Amino acid sequence: MFNRFIKANGRHRRIEGWPLVFTVLTVLAILVGTVVEFAPLFLVDQGMAPNPGVEPWTPLEVAGRELYIREGCNNCHSQMIRPFRQELERYGPFTTPAETAYETPFLWGSKRTGPDLARVGGKYPHLWHVRHMENPRSTSPNSIMPPYPWLLTRTMDLDGLSGQMRALRTVGLPYTDEQVDNAAALARAQAETIAAEIVEQGGPDRLADREITALVAFLQRLGTMGAASTAEVATASNSGGPTP
Amino acid sequence: MADTPVSPGATAALAATAAPGQAHLDVFRYDDKIVRHFTLATILWGFVGMLVGVIIALQLPFPEANLGEYLSFGRLRPLHTNAVIFAFAGNAIFAAIYYSTQRLCKARMFSDWMSRFHFWGWQGIIVAAAITLPLGITTSKEYAELEWPIDIAITVVWVVFAVNFFGTLWRRREKHMYVALWFYIATIVTVAVLHLGNSMAIPSSFWNSYPIYRGVQDALVQWWYGHNAVAFFLTTPFLGLMYYFLPKAAERPVFSYRLSIVHFWSLVFIYIWAGPHHLNYTAVPEWAATLGMVFSVMLWMPSWGGMINGLFTLRGAWHKLRDSAVLKMFVIGITFYGMSTFEGPMLSVKSVNALSHYTDWNIAHVHSGALGWNGFMTFGMIYWLVPRLWKRELWSQRLANAHFWTGTIGILLYVLAMYTSGITQGLMWRAFDDAGRLLYPDFMETVIQIKPMYWVRLIGGTLYLGGVVMLMVNVWQTIRRAPKDLPDPAVAVPAISGTPAKDLVTS
Repeated sequence: MFNRFIKANGRHRRIEGWPLVFTVLTVLAILVGTVVEFAPLFLVDQGMAPNPGVEPWTPLEVAGRELYIREGCNNCHSQMIRPFRQELERYGPFTTPAETAYETPFLWGSKRTGPDLARVGGKYPHLWHVRHMENPRSTSPNSIMPPYPWLLTRTMDLDGLSGQMRALRTVGLPYTDEQVDNAAALARAQAETIAAEIVEQGGPDRLADREITALVAFLQRLGTMGAASTAEVATASNSGGPTP
Repeated sequence: MADTPVSPGATAALAATAAPGQAHLDVFRYDDKIVRHFTLATILWGFVGMLVGVIIALQLPFPEANLGEYLSFGRLRPLHTNAVIFAFAGNAIFAAIYYSTQRLCKARMFSDWMSRFHFWGWQGIIVAAAITLPLGITTSKEYAELEWPIDIAITVVWVVFAVNFFGTLWRRREKHMYVALWFYIATIVTVAVLHLGNSMAIPSSFWNSYPIYRGVQDALVQWWYGHNAVAFFLTTPFLGLMYYFLPKAAERPVFSYRLSIVHFWSLVFIYIWAGPHHLNYTAVPEWAATLGMVFSVMLWMPSWGGMINGLFTLRGAWHKLRDSAVLKMFVIGITFYGMSTFEGPMLSVKSVNALSHYTDWNIAHVHSGALGWNGFMTFGMIYWLVPRLWKRELWSQRLANAHFWTGTIGILLYVLAMYTSGITQGLMWRAFDDAGRLLYPDFMETVIQIKPMYWVRLIGGTLYLGGVVMLMVNVWQTIRRAPKDLPDPAVAVPAISGTPAKDLVTS
């Protein structure tokens, strides 16, 4: 039966004379896998409900996230801790779907030329990040990370922030009108706080309107909300995943 | 097994010997000018894309090579991947499709205007990418970094390309479509579906947008796209290229018609499922990752179906490799295809992936595919096409052979360095001491360990780029000696009765 189909001058031979039929069959072939893999995920909204503790980004963090994307940090740093003992030891609790529910675009990454950053928030003082971006080798000798000194000199561009927050709200982030409309002012207020803390830590003054402050705000909040509970982590490190 | 109703060797020969005007003959000209355009663009962008690759390979062990804002690694890496995939491989695909489709359909391309629009539109998109990516304008989604206005331009150009291609099929003078055309069809429709599916976004300004998907959904959509960009941009069109140009160069019919049917349909059906293997052990649902893994392992067979059909086409013709740089390149290309399509399923297996994910092993894997398979299939095609397109013998066979050896040694150095580096780092990350603590708690220790391998990779990449320079010199010297006037080749084929459109419906 199958042989009748594929033999020389068999049935397949006829389809080869019908481009339209051939194209339709090809489309059907690629749609089967697509539908099976996506339909359940979109229908049940699995993993799309954020944990109660997860807040969407503040306006300043949105600006910082844009800088993270602009500089292509995700090319070398993942933000996705896998449920292996060695990763829990090195980076902290594994990343849960609910933690990433507000992430658009997702920044899980595919390569760790540098370490994972999913839980880098709070790990270092603000000033460490400032110095690290200015010259990575000043804080991490032997680092191969590029320097980003312009982040300390370029002024934050907050003109588009309201528009970005509005777009983010369209794709499902629960921002209020107040947050959207006053995005720039809210961002400036948070930046002042962070800049003051940087000065307290012995860092340079007048960073409040510099790009670095937005990036620090974003980095310092990574992984600080909605992590898996200790109990879940314990379960995963006991039973989940191959431990080498 | 060796049943082959259609071989491309049989189709092209009915050349323009018959006098035009004879009632039972259709006389027309192939559009070879557009193929020359795409061929030159392939070589130019190949050089640019690989040069950027060499620069970022230098930046890794030598961060001082990050020369300021616009030329730092994070911005150049997407430029490198986009240039090699969409500019180098993209133009190569189009050269292959425009040359072979006309011959397999015994028809000129449907519309000269569309061919030109496709060519210049695509080059415009590449230039837009080369400007926006160093400026930091990016969506961050791998191999889909270009922002929404460029995405729309890609859609328009792709639609014009599709209309031009299917229009040519519609006007064909050959009843049956040869296997190369099946792969082109799969390429054109699937890339359209993938591009539209993954690029859905809400713009916030002209150069910024947010995907409509979030978190787990965005990850799954992205890797459904990302993996199938490999499948339908770097695999299926190159299989089509192989099915046309390899039998031509070897002057042998394709090994097995039946195998081509079986492996075409299974490849097209199975590939699309494999995306979630990029997300093993991440926050995506376990069932999705497992499904991706299972289908990836299944994919090994249809992939090797293509390799076997390619290599066995050379049965009885292996001695020709000695004198033919073209065949040498095709053979090494198909061999790398076989190796990386074995490696891919292996890497998708969860226990292997636990080690390999996030490491340079993946970098080795993609480069054995890109440099070995896509690169050498493209170079083989170019060395075969250039003397035919410019009506002039290739300037230097010796230089072409030198290109083959330089490139091959370059790939080997590259992948061996990255295997070593990837496996070393993967093992160090998971090493525990006797007390159950991480043996290398400082990430930096694992970086220092692999730095020497980054230098070896740089040497390998530079050699490969050196091969491309040899190609440029060889093609340039050939074209310089080519006749100034290159008229499109005229062809006469027996006219078929009735309207071509009849073939579109199931009669």
